Formats: sequence, structure tokens, C-alpha cells
Amino acid sequence: MTFSPQIEERFAKLLKRYPEGKTRSAVIPMLMYAQDETGAITKELIEEVAKRCGVTPLQVDEVVGYYSMMHRKPLGKFHVQVCTNISCLLVGGADLYEHAKKKLGIGHKEVTADGLISLEEVECMGACSWAPAVEINYDFHHHVTPERFDQLIAGLRDAGLRKAQ
Amino acid sequence: MAKVLYNEPSPLETKVISQRFGLEGSETLDVYLKTKGYEAFRKAKEMTPEAIIEEVKTSSLRGRGGAGFPTGLKWSFVPRTHPKPRVIVVNGDESEPGTCKDRLLIEYDPHQLIEGILIAGLAVDAHVGYIYIRGEYRYLIEKMDRALEEAYARGYLGDNVAGTGFKFDLYTHTGAGAYECGEETALLDSLEGKRGVPRMKPPFPAVAGAWAMPTLLNNVETFSSVPAIIRDGGAAYAALGTPKNGGTRLLCISGHVNKPGVYEVPLGFPMMKAINEIAGGVRGGKKLKAVVPGGSSCPILKAEECDVAMDYDTIAKIGSMMGSGGMVVLDEDTDMVGFALRIMRFYAHESCGWCIPCREGTTWLRKMLQRYYDGHGRKEDIDIIGEVSKNMLGRTFCALGDAAAMPTISIVEKFRDEFEKYLTRETVAV
Ligand SMILES: Cc1cc2nc3c(=O)[nH]c(=O)nc-3n(C[C@H](O)[C@H](O)[C@H](O)COP(=O)(O)O)c2cc1C
Ligand code: FES
Repeated sequence: MTFSPQIEERFAKLLKRYPEGKTRSAVIPMLMYAQDETGAITKELIEEVAKRCGVTPLQVDEVVGYYSMMHRKPLGKFHVQVCTNISCLLVGGADLYEHAKKKLGIGHKEVTADGLISLEEVECMGACSWAPAVEINYDFHHHVTPERFDQLIAGLRDAGLRKAQ
Repeated sequence: MAKVLYNEPSPLETKVISQRFGLEGSETLDVYLKTKGYEAFRKAKEMTPEAIIEEVKTSSLRGRGGAGFPTGLKWSFVPRTHPKPRVIVVNGDESEPGTCKDRLLIEYDPHQLIEGILIAGLAVDAHVGYIYIRGEYRYLIEKMDRALEEAYARGYLGDNVAGTGFKFDLYTHTGAGAYECGEETALLDSLEGKRGVPRMKPPFPAVAGAWAMPTLLNNVETFSSVPAIIRDGGAAYAALGTPKNGGTRLLCISGHVNKPGVYEVPLGFPMMKAINEIAGGVRGGKKLKAVVPGGSSCPILKAEECDVAMDYDTIAKIGSMMGSGGMVVLDEDTDMVGFALRIMRFYAHESCGWCIPCREGTTWLRKMLQRYYDGHGRKEDIDIIGEVSKNMLGRTFCALGDAAAMPTISIVEKFRDEFEKYLTRETVAV
């Protein structure tokens, strides 16, 4: 498999940062960074990471099944994560998630028909004091009201359109 | 010039580790050096490892990750003369619901964290460290990487740290979404590229941790507290807090308050003062119902129990924990059944599945609480929920089982009347 030069550079650094012979440690970071580029963790990617880290494909596969941020199927271009854990729950996080489902017309871990947006109800993501919180891809949004949520989604749709043109 | 923070600071704070928060460029080495940065490292370089550890013991700093273990004592367990090299691992997994403080320490003051790690390196004769940061915090990993790059470029990491001849390499390592990876031995497995399941102890990480090498593992906030201790002395740091509970800590206040936020307070700060004066009191003029004092795994406190000083020992005396500093405030209208359910949904989702009492216990508790919440509960379920939880206590491989059981037991015992009322659906929804 070939990756962008940035990812290749990152991989090269990753393979050097752990003690001698401990390249298995690079498995998780490699999968996470590669997934950003490939959109999902495919069988081909698993084999590639296994080869580069000197482990068996099974050792990589079992990791993919464990971590919640690793996805075997592509998510939307924008992955919208709504926290409903306790601090968010107390200030409207669960209602916000219900609103999100209606607004987007999709449920937990589903993707809109155009492939633009996916939704996930997530556990605490470390934004409790500025709840309710939403993370879109890797960007945090704090104190999110349903109105603010709608604005965020409109922004994503605009960005999607611009990309398509 | 000031920088916009996530929340306004409070005049009642005692700023030690959050001193640089809000300074323009606080994440840069220049600002760090201008504000006493690396004074502590230079001082530590002139001290023996024993003297550094003694100073940390004097400070009575206790782990800020959850368990509150005395930091100096932990450092003394690492065998400095072991034939295998020592490794430092920083726990930046920050996933205990209610906790959002390590984030700020990395975002606003990464060099303070680096200096704390370097001092730990001198103390246990380690020359390499890994900062494990949860995957959701990608923007922070990038910020930390930039700080590391700057430190390398300016000679504060690498073969000759600050011109002292000390060698230290430091890297970030991303998590990938798993609360369990905050547990120290699961974190080590994750760092080794495996599923994050806990290890049998002993051996403890201090003796055989990452790649079976002696490993010193502490929370981000714990390491970030070290430069101030060495710079100003362990005794001065200890004096900020209460006996055996030295210094200050970041309190993450969330829930039904007017001014939720992260605030630095000395250990022993009165809980009601934190709620009423720092966080502006309960929202909407409502009455306080309960407080989760240190993250979702801590037994809940009823309003009448909250007139306490917040340090590890005082909170332990009233049957709860200071945990990770995540203080969640609940007003009088909070539905406790719904609250207990949400906590259990979390633990059931996050149980790594390695041991049966945790995997099955959390799943059955979740199902029972869900049934209860949906209005199909039976009176006897209240006792069964309590009993199943009690049966998990101390019987799981790691403390995730306890973390799920403890709040549940306390909610069922302290708010039994609400569970009973639920049978006739009189409770207000959250
Ligand atoms: C299920 C579970 C999750 C944990 N999550 C975290 C975490 O996110 N961050 C953390 O620092 N410690 C966490 N801990 C505590 C660690 O196991 C460990 O005690 C701590 O990182 C040690 O550092 P300290 O002594 O500086 O607190 C967790 C423990 C358990 C049992
Ligand atoms: S509970 Fe939602 S971010 Fe912590």
C-alpha cells in the first residue's frame, strides 16, 4: 500500500521511537493515522501494518476489534460525536443527541446517504466542565445548544459542497 | 496579553500548576523560560536521586490520576540499579467521566509537564519517556508534539538536556478510544500495541512495566506538579494543603452550577465553598441534591454530606474518594435512576471483557437499570442491583469493576426512595 509522504514520514518516526525490537508498539498509532487517510481499516491495511511492524495480521486484527475509534467501515467525511455521559447529560447532552438524530435522519454509527456526515453517541471526551460537548472529527465544540448544533451542521454541508465543486 | 480560556478563572483559586494558563504564548519554551521554567530541573540536577525523592515525599504529593497514591513513595519503588533500562510513562488517557484537566495542562503548559518528567528521569535514572494521550485528544497530541520538537530544537530534550549532559528522549503515543486504557497496566499493554487488558499484579509496573522494564507511571497532573515542588521546596508545597495531602489540584466542576469550569484549589478546600463561591452556586436557584466528588467511579454524596474539606483522607472518611478531581454537581430535580443508568451504561460499554465479574456484572446491572428506567422494574430489583454491585467489589482483575459498583451501591442506598417512587413513575425526568 502507498500512503501520502506525510504519513510515510510519520511511520518512519514511529518505528524508531520504541526500544529496539519493540515495533509492535507502533501498531495502534499507525492504524489511527492511516485510518485518517484511508477512511477505514481494511484487510489490506491490516496486512500492511502487520508487515511494517513485524507482527502477524491477526495481532493487528484483534486490536482493531478492541478500540472504539477504529472503524472497519468508512464513516462520514465529518464524524459527529455527541457525548451523553453524566456531565453532559445533566445539562442537555441526551436531548442534544436526540436532536442530532432527528436533524441528520440517522442513528448511532450511521452515515447520511451522501456519505457526508456520520453520527455517534460517545462516552465522556474530557469536556465535562464545558458541556454539552460535541467533537467533529478531531475538533471540540463546547456548550452546544440545539441551535448551535444546527449551525455546525450547516457549516459542514457548506464545506461539503465547496469540496464537491 | 491574556488569552481566552475555556472558563473564567476564579479569584479564590491558588495557582501553582495553572499559573501560566492565560498568558499569551504559554505553550512556548520562551514564555516558559521567562517564568521560572527549568529552574527546578537545574536544581534537581545538582541533587542526588535520593534527595529528589525525599523532596517529593516531603511535599506529600499524591497521584492525581485517581487512586491518590503517595508519589514520592511510588518513585522510591523503581529499582535504579536494575540491569534493564527504566522507562517513564505519563498517563494522559483522561477518560473518567467528569474529568477534563489534563487537557488544559497539555494545552497551556506542555513545558511544565516536560520538566516534571525530566526531574522524574533524574530521580529514577530513566532516559526515555512516553506520554500516552487518549485518541480523542488528537489536537493535544499535535500540540504536545510541537512542544517536544521545540524542546529538542533548543536542547531541552535529547543528548544534553539544558547543557547538563543528562540524556532524555520523550515521545507521545496515541490511544484509540478505550477508558480501560487509563488503568495503568492496561495502558502498558496498549503502549505495547495490544488490546488494553489489565495485567496480573505483582509484578508491579515499577519492577516490570512497559516491555518488562522498570516503569514509573504517573498522571499528567502529578508530573506537572513536580517542578514547583523542587523549585520552591517540598515543605512549601505541602503547606498549601492539609497534612498528608500536599499542594493544590485542578478541580473540574461540572453539572448544575452557574459557572462550571476547571479551577485550581489547595487540598482541603471546603466543598460547599467550591460549589457556591467558585462555581457560582446551583443553577436556577435550585437546591443541591448530591455531588459526585471525584469522577463517576466515586460513591455519591448527598447534599447534607457535602460540608467537608476536600482532601483525600477527609473524603475517604465519609465513604467516598477525591479520585481524578471531577466534581459533578446535581440539583434537586435530577432523576437518580436515570443517572445511575447512564453511569452503568458507560461501565458496561468500557469493560474490557477480560474478567467475568466485571463483564457480566456491568452488563446485567445495565440491563436491570434500563428495565427499571423504562418502567418495568420490580421492587425486589432495588436489592438485587445493590447485591450484584457488592458482589463485584474486590473481585475483578482491575479496579474498573469497583469503579462501576461503588457509585451504584451508593445511589441505591442513598436514594432508595427515588427507586421506590419510580415504580409508580412519579419521578421527574432529567
Ligand atoms: C478503569 C480505570 C481507569 C483509569 N483511568 C485513568 C486515567 O484516565 N488517567 C489516569 O491518570 N489514571 C487513571 N487510572 C488510574 C491509573 O491506574 C493509575 O493509578 C494512575 O495513572 C497513576 O498515576 P498517579 O499516581 O499519578 O495518579 C485509572 C484506573 C482504572 C482502574
Ligand atoms: S461527560 Fe461529556 S465530556 Fe465528560
